[in-house]
Amino acid sequence: MNKLTAIFGSRRTWAWPYVLFLVLFVVLPLLLIFVYTFTDPQGHFTLRNFLQFFQTSEAVNTFIYSLAIALLTTIICLLLGYPAAYIMATAELKTPAVMAMLFILPMWINFLLRTIATVELFNMFSIPLGEGALLYGMCYDFLPFMIYPIYNTLQKMDKSLIEAAHDLGANGREVFAKVILPLSMPGIYSGIIMVFMPTVSTFAIAELLTRNKITLFGSLIQRAFGEGGLQMWNYGAALSLIMLIIIGLTSFFGNNDDAADQKGGLL
Amino acid sequence: MKNQNLTPAQIEALHRQRNMTIKRVFAQSYLWLLLLLLYAPIVLIIVFSFTKSKVFGNWTGFTVQLYENLFTGYDRVAQVHVDPNLYHSLFYTLLIALIAATFATLLGTLAAIGIFNMRQKRRKTIQFLNSIPMINPDILTGISLFLLFVFLGISRGLTTVIIAHVVFCTPYVVLSVMPRLTKMNPNIYEAALDLGATPFQALRKVMMPELWPGMLSGFILSITLSIDDFGVTFFTKGSGGLDTLSTFIYADARKGGLTPELRPLFSLIFLTMLVLLIIINWRADKQSKQQKK
Repeated sequence: MNKLTAIFGSRRTWAWPYVLFLVLFVVLPLLLIFVYTFTDPQGHFTLRNFLQFFQTSEAVNTFIYSLAIALLTTIICLLLGYPAAYIMATAELKTPAVMAMLFILPMWINFLLRTIATVELFNMFSIPLGEGALLYGMCYDFLPFMIYPIYNTLQKMDKSLIEAAHDLGANGREVFAKVILPLSMPGIYSGIIMVFMPTVSTFAIAELLTRNKITLFGSLIQRAFGEGGLQMWNYGAALSLIMLIIIGLTSFFGNNDDAADQKGGLL
Repeated sequence: MKNQNLTPAQIEALHRQRNMTIKRVFAQSYLWLLLLLLYAPIVLIIVFSFTKSKVFGNWTGFTVQLYENLFTGYDRVAQVHVDPNLYHSLFYTLLIALIAATFATLLGTLAAIGIFNMRQKRRKTIQFLNSIPMINPDILTGISLFLLFVFLGISRGLTTVIIAHVVFCTPYVVLSVMPRLTKMNPNIYEAALDLGATPFQALRKVMMPELWPGMLSGFILSITLSIDDFGVTFFTKGSGGLDTLSTFIYADARKGGLTPELRPLFSLIFLTMLVLLIIINWRADKQSKQQKK
């Protein structure tokens, strides 16, 4: 009994259940992606699934196209979102907190329903559902993820630094380029990660926005698991591994904890 | 010619002021334009919740018929029942969110206390593991768990969806509880033990009162994440007919027609959130004003 108390009395042990949980439901599943990638349905080692991707020009093209769309979405969101965050953080709005809330509130409506409503909006103005609609819809869905972290960093910025730069003779443009922009880089990194990661992996949004006219990499993965049947799972795992590599590479670019924190603050 | 009475410096100041005003008007218009684009689809949903046309985007006159259908579950005019799956998916969305958030809060709070008291190196490792579900896109979390359940021979359904939701909710609970631990006096737990409390009593009576704001925000965050999820649920729900609102809408949209009662449902959800936010803001405003006094 005393021994038990000693074990549970030490607070370090309280994390054990969660560690076990993480190993079973996070580490093991990710390892299984590797296992399935390099085996055939009979469980023998093979490189076929991986090679199948590189030999299918449709898959490779879709992959490159998805990367391009995700990059473009991220850039557009940055160009649209930075000024918005900057205005909210610096201009003397009567109610900056309410403004920030207004940008977050739309996220409380299910994103699929919002996407469908966007499609209807396009239909009403007889705008064809193609690449333009896809980009618009992606930017629409993820713009708040760019604005929020940048707004947060700008707001926490020490305003006296700007005054100091002005006093030392810098003009408006120099102050922005040499003081404000460098100081807002952490927010920009978080924003880029928070927009790029979901856009590069999305499948439902593209299907709805283009009525299945445009296939993104995420949809390829989903189809391999959904419609392909058993023998396609290994191929799907290989595609997932490629996605995992992209995500891993992206996450090197920014402070992940910070991005996660921001996402938490947003919701 | 009023200007003649002003010094050049005063004229310059006036010009600068005018330029500032123009800038501010431009800046504010930009924000409102973005908001207009952001809210256009939502306004569309709310507007079309007041017409009964089955096809979204087709106005057939003002009526609150859809609201009535939503609450009674029966379309009086067409004499058909509203798709029962709508209610099932609404029920399961809330059920899954509540159960998953509860588990995530308990697991995450204990984990946060444990991690906080660990040595630096081990702490770093576990914090890295903790960040994986937050960084991973939902499709990868979903597929990796799908492979796990297939591998272990567990049939997918309600339980697997709840487990999956606990996976991506708990890291946020850990992150929300951690700052409270930093603020807490590290000795009061040991003091409680020295005074004869069991670890469980010390947790409940000494630590919980200090940690509950973090736990609460973790819990609310988990509920939000769970309700909003589509990708993870999609891959872990199996083919037994279990649906949340997200997967229901997805299946519905793929079939072609969207159940019209979804329009009033989400209009109501949106308005509720709007009112809640206004109240929270108003109260925070009042509190900060009182503190200033």
